[in-house]
Amino acid sequence: MKLFTELYTELDQTNKTNEKVEVLRFYFERANAENAAWALYFLSGRKPRQIVPSKKLREWALALTDIPEWLFDESRDTVGDGAETIALLLPNNFEIDETPLHELVEKRLLPLRGADEEIQREEVIKSWNQMNYAQRLIYNKLISGSFRVGVSQQLVTRTLSEISELPKDIITQRLMGAWEPTPEFYQQLVSNELGADETPIARPYPFHLAHQIDFPLDDLGDVQEWQAEWKWDGIRAQVIKRAGQVFIWSRGEDLITERFPEIAFAAENLPDGTVLDGEILPWLDGSALSFNELQRRIGRKTIGAKLLAEVPVILQCYDLLEFESTDIRAFEFQERRRILSEILDELDTKTKKVFQITESVEAASWKEFAEKRETSRTLKVEGFMLKRLASPYRVGRHRGDWWKWKVDPYTIDAVLLYAQKGTGKRSGLFTDYTFAVWSGGELVPFAKAYSGLTDREIRKVDKFIRENTKETFGPVRSVTPKLVFELAFEAIQKSKRHKSGVAVRFPRILRWREDKTIKDADSLETIHALIESHETTNE
Amino acid sequence: MKSELIKLTDKGLYCKKGDFYIDPWLPVKKALLTHAHADHTYRGNQSYLVPEEGKRLSRIRLGDEAVIETSKYGETQYIDGVKISFHPAGHVLGSAQLRVEYKDEIWVVSGDYKLTPDATCAPFEAVRCHNFITEATFGLPIYRWTPTEIIFEEINQWWRRNQERGKVSVIFAYSLGKAQRVLNGIDRSIGQIFTHGAVERLTEAYRESGVDLPETKYVGAVENKKDFAGSLIVAPPSAAGSIWLRRFGAHSSGFASGWMVVRGARRRKAVDRGFVLSDHADWEELQTAIRATSAETVFVTHGFIPELVRWLNENGMNAKPLKAQYVGEEGELEETGHEH
Ligand SMILES: [Zn+2]
Ligand SMILES: [Zn+2]
Repeated sequence: MKLFTELYTELDQTNKTNEKVEVLRFYFERANAENAAWALYFLSGRKPRQIVPSKKLREWALALTDIPEWLFDESRDTVGDGAETIALLLPNNFEIDETPLHELVEKRLLPLRGADEEIQREEVIKSWNQMNYAQRLIYNKLISGSFRVGVSQQLVTRTLSEISELPKDIITQRLMGAWEPTPEFYQQLVSNELGADETPIARPYPFHLAHQIDFPLDDLGDVQEWQAEWKWDGIRAQVIKRAGQVFIWSRGEDLITERFPEIAFAAENLPDGTVLDGEILPWLDGSALSFNELQRRIGRKTIGAKLLAEVPVILQCYDLLEFESTDIRAFEFQERRRILSEILDELDTKTKKVFQITESVEAASWKEFAEKRETSRTLKVEGFMLKRLASPYRVGRHRGDWWKWKVDPYTIDAVLLYAQKGTGKRSGLFTDYTFAVWSGGELVPFAKAYSGLTDREIRKVDKFIRENTKETFGPVRSVTPKLVFELAFEAIQKSKRHKSGVAVRFPRILRWREDKTIKDADSLETIHALIESHETTNE
Repeated sequence: MKSELIKLTDKGLYCKKGDFYIDPWLPVKKALLTHAHADHTYRGNQSYLVPEEGKRLSRIRLGDEAVIETSKYGETQYIDGVKISFHPAGHVLGSAQLRVEYKDEIWVVSGDYKLTPDATCAPFEAVRCHNFITEATFGLPIYRWTPTEIIFEEINQWWRRNQERGKVSVIFAYSLGKAQRVLNGIDRSIGQIFTHGAVERLTEAYRESGVDLPETKYVGAVENKKDFAGSLIVAPPSAAGSIWLRRFGAHSSGFASGWMVVRGARRRKAVDRGFVLSDHADWEELQTAIRATSAETVFVTHGFIPELVRWLNENGMNAKPLKAQYVGEEGELEETGHEH
């Protein structure tokens, strides 16, 4: 795992794209197929489920050192990550473990799953003793199920495409769906022989993704060349019907057929050789339920009858990628939509209820679209999706043909009340904040936010927190209320589960209001008014 | 503490009997300095006593006007009956611990120190005392240094690979001490080495003091950008992210610091590589150094103070916190690049 350790270490540290591609190249040019397959597996965000809990790792590691628990905790607070702290605290070893990556994973890691604790402990300690710090870090993260590499799928695809001299689309397609990290798979992946099985029946197409629009709408040109659809807040999915079989894929490339039995069942009525792209939505009596409802169904392997009745789902279809077993992604969008509506029209009434075509919103000017977009919240949508009528269905995130045009989120001025150290890139600094608003002369905590400040601001706030700590509760510090921040939310609603009586979705820090004092911060009343104004326009 | 031979005042550590301050941060009559780092060497004092070995560096920091006397390592002097002497701290060139003795009571103010071998300065010398003032910059057990040879293998390999990829290598290292240590340890056969102005001046002072350093060229004296191809640039951390870097074209950046032990710090620094190279004692060196003094009382300052104090007390020693105003604390690291 020497080469892989180098790869991980270098990828982890640099944030320059070309530097990342260079180290990826360096690795894949040298690694043999057995190791490359596993490396690729990890780089694509796949990882073994937890084999040994980090609590055990910590216990075994502490027994090898003279470090008391409190000192481990202090160290962990500074490092921000348990697996890394353990790697740093173990007795020094600077020798490199030369075991190949595939052997480490297949012979020393995976077989430990479900083994007796004593065997696990012996094996883990044996591995630790052979590894240097960088390898222990990787090992600890792998075994505790927290391994992650800071590299995008696109960069990996780009590198493999360069090495294999295959187009990126082919690599992307070959990497989608389920695969096992075997040397055969890797060889097939980079093989330039395009087999008849190039498109196995289960495989989805790479999704075409959109960016949030970040320029004046007029720059899009003639409004007549565009289609606008409401942007729903559900689960992006492809529904495949090929050779009599149905597959549902999420954008995260998970096969989710079993999670949505009503869609899978209805899809059996689709003509063979069809691939739909759309949004899975919780839908009851002709309108969408909140995303929270859908969340009740996510993460469950089996869905009970009660949940099926309470949160039924549909697919809002917006594109057709395969028609009569032919890949039609190169067709113009308007043409694909036309065929899509024809296919959906011919379905029986029951199936039609599950597969609905996204409504195309009409307007004569961008100004009119902007006005219509303001109604998004009442319609329970996030804004518009804008698609160029003449565009093909592209691969991956692409600027130019598809744009997200989300509504401006709610904003509130709130006071920093509690802080906690972050993890990962920002470990050691106080970056996790809890914010409060006024209620009857008191500051009531109501939202947590982690992102949105510049590194410079983070350091300033960090310093403020250290100098203005009132009390410490474990990792949490309460600070003197002084700093005011403008927060943004995608959604806000009443909640009985929260002390403040409100629940917010996707809170983030818009800006630090250094010009405001805590007296200027908003109150719970303001928030309730926001919710109500939204609800009344809804009626 | 039997008496208060040395105590902390709002200007710095003060010895009343001898009427002198040690590394004061506000102007005083007589300042004894442990070393020439900015947080220990402030301008504006009426007179200075510094270790002879660090004279050139102190002169650069304090300017031509400063009244500077020197004393060699191990040489004793009396100031109003107080016996004082400097002893090598192994931190940077001419860094010293100050031993202060009066009527059977011995104090040692260690300043910054390390035990890791370093060819650019005299090795740390353990001095027995009753009261020892130690730093705790890296006073957590996660901070343990990898042998210097391994770190230099990493740096050399990084430089070579960048060269193969047609890139310049820029390494950020604090201009006093760390930069020269990098220069001393690097494989000089790989290619040309250039220095940032802030580094160049101090490097010259190191050479004049007899430290073995490779040939370096001042970046500012180069006219043709092509001359940088495949070379190594040594620059202070303040140059990171600045437009000064543009002249080198495609480059990979590295940062040499003890903080680079922690992944989060490496990533936060936004350089391409972190190299764990420190001028301070690591966790184990702190223990070794402290025990070697046989001190009855250990005063901890500068860094992870409560952590080291608690650990020492749990391990049979008598330790107390001492809050000095060195620029210190974690947050400052980003701005100054100094390891405090
Ligand atoms: Zn220093
Ligand atoms: Zn210092």
